[in-house]
Amino acid sequence: MKLHEYQSKQIFSRYGIPIPKGHVASTATEAKQIAEELGGRVVIKSQVLVGGRGKAGGIRLAKTAKEAEDLATQILGMEIKGLSVRKVLVDEAANIVQEIYLGITNDRSAQRPVIMGSAAGGVEIEEVARTNPEKIIKIHIDPLLGLRDYQARDIAIGIDLPKEYWKQFTEICRSLWRAYVESDATLAEINPLVILKEKQLMALDGKMLIDDNALFRRTDLAEMRDVDEEAAIETEARKYGLSFIKLDGQIGCMVNGAGLAMATMDIVKLFDGEPANFLDIGGGASADKVAAALRIILSDKNVKAILFNIFGGITRCDEVARGILSALKEVKTSIPMVVRLVGTNAEEGRQLLADAKMITAETLVDAAQKAVAAAKA
Amino acid sequence: MSIFVDKKTRLLVQGITGNEGLFHARQMMEYGTKVVAGVTPGKGGEWVLGDKVPVFDSCRAAVDATGANVTVIFVPSRGAPDAMFEAADAGIPLIVCITEGVPVQDMMRVREYLDQKHVRLLGPNCPGLLTPGETKVGIIPNNIAIPGNIGVVSRSGTLTYEVLYALKQKNMGVTTCVGIGGDPINGTNFIDCLDLFEADPRTEMVVMIGEIGGTDEEKAAQFIAATMTKPVVSFIAGQTAPPGKRMGHAGAIIEGGAGTAADKVKALEAAGVKVARYPEEIPSLLE
Repeated sequence: MKLHEYQSKQIFSRYGIPIPKGHVASTATEAKQIAEELGGRVVIKSQVLVGGRGKAGGIRLAKTAKEAEDLATQILGMEIKGLSVRKVLVDEAANIVQEIYLGITNDRSAQRPVIMGSAAGGVEIEEVARTNPEKIIKIHIDPLLGLRDYQARDIAIGIDLPKEYWKQFTEICRSLWRAYVESDATLAEINPLVILKEKQLMALDGKMLIDDNALFRRTDLAEMRDVDEEAAIETEARKYGLSFIKLDGQIGCMVNGAGLAMATMDIVKLFDGEPANFLDIGGGASADKVAAALRIILSDKNVKAILFNIFGGITRCDEVARGILSALKEVKTSIPMVVRLVGTNAEEGRQLLADAKMITAETLVDAAQKAVAAAKA
Repeated sequence: MSIFVDKKTRLLVQGITGNEGLFHARQMMEYGTKVVAGVTPGKGGEWVLGDKVPVFDSCRAAVDATGANVTVIFVPSRGAPDAMFEAADAGIPLIVCITEGVPVQDMMRVREYLDQKHVRLLGPNCPGLLTPGETKVGIIPNNIAIPGNIGVVSRSGTLTYEVLYALKQKNMGVTTCVGIGGDPINGTNFIDCLDLFEADPRTEMVVMIGEIGGTDEEKAAQFIAATMTKPVVSFIAGQTAPPGKRMGHAGAIIEGGAGTAADKVKALEAAGVKVARYPEEIPSLLE
């Protein structure tokens, strides 16, 4: 789950990391009031869950409260990478001497957390990694020991941070580590961390990604989810515990298991079809869940054919068949459906569907070819 | 021969009194696995599965009483990290964790601790292992594979069944099938398994089933090129997966341009691996 900049910075602030004074506004009038309280000179920052806000014109400096109002009006009407801007963060403008990057993330290949620092702050770290990888200092952290102060100092030394800031920097690293651990983050990033003219370090921007699997114990964070930022259909799917991703093709896919779901999409493409979605109904899915999944697929008007590929193990093919039938009672449709059932109770499943006028298939190749042909007919 | 599990496997089932634990413990017994004990805290002293399997309150008690040497975990995700720590502390050298949805920071701590204790972990979020005709540890369906000379290693569950089924249709058999799991942090990777298959005298060929996310397939390709003498056939799921979206498995995501299926296929082909375009094509590439 992605958090907005303002949410991430609030969390950082709770752990003692200095952030600019500021508030969130959803109207230009609110933005103006906040700017007045902050003395007029502010930064208006669009709050959308994508990178590249600055380049898109979604982050602007205002010198007066009036200008803040005008800029907020502009930004609140913008769309950035397909997402409408619904909120802006109005932050007191800072007097920046230097921009630093500081982040903690999970390093998959090392199977450990890693803390990264760079003197080339303010630009995306992936960009720095491509152009100047030597400018990124990385130190792996023992997950049982946690971040040690010497490791934070090693980052400070590595990025040539002046000695007078080492103490502040170490404290910020320690706080960022705690925020990362106690939020079950997969990324906690400050970019930029700035040196102010006032000789202070401050987190001007913040980004956090939270592990979805840990939200059960981070209920306060789970409530921060911004459902406006995802496709409504994906929100609906999550309610039923379905793993669903909408794509642009015409062939709806319902599969049990994530790997098999991907392989099913791939084979559709191999035979010149385009998958309309990724959908994993999970292991041991009930008829209710299957019915919900089918309703979700059918709500996509691009769908011209549906391919069911069920390899029964814990999932019982007869249960899946019952779910399909119950959904078809509610939603009348003439969309052709291709069904391939293999494994646990496959024969019972096929018998249940015998009257439902579905196209049956034995192999995955056969199923994919039939689905592609049906979508084009 | 086989890798990880064989007829000497004495299996403990953690979470044996839950729905899934009980169902699969029975399936494993029917397959011929020696299920010697179960653990469910608070249910110690009970017997399950026709009074054949004793339940204990702790792993330590189960190991002391039964000499269990492998454990399989069906504990829900909140309790799974603790179950893994407990099994390691009880001295069990091989842990198979079926549970899906374990928080990733927990997994990093588990992995670090288990490494220090030299405990082997398979999973989490995996279907377990199957040595056809001998032993099953986990949830792979009982009737979809026959004994033979092909080693199978996979990050997936049902996709693996699909491949085993396709092999069986062509009368091709398997030494051991290992599911290493679909999470970003897991206990055992492709290289660990490839290395064991290379050393296993009965395994003559290997099938490796990968998917988008991470760089384990690329690392495996380097290992294959440098070390493997046995032929490897592969399939990579997720050619059509969009970047930045998690495709069901926690580990199946293209991040910052890395982890694409195309990169993995390219690396594997450069290492001399035949890569199937779809699962049912695998048997013909092994011939």
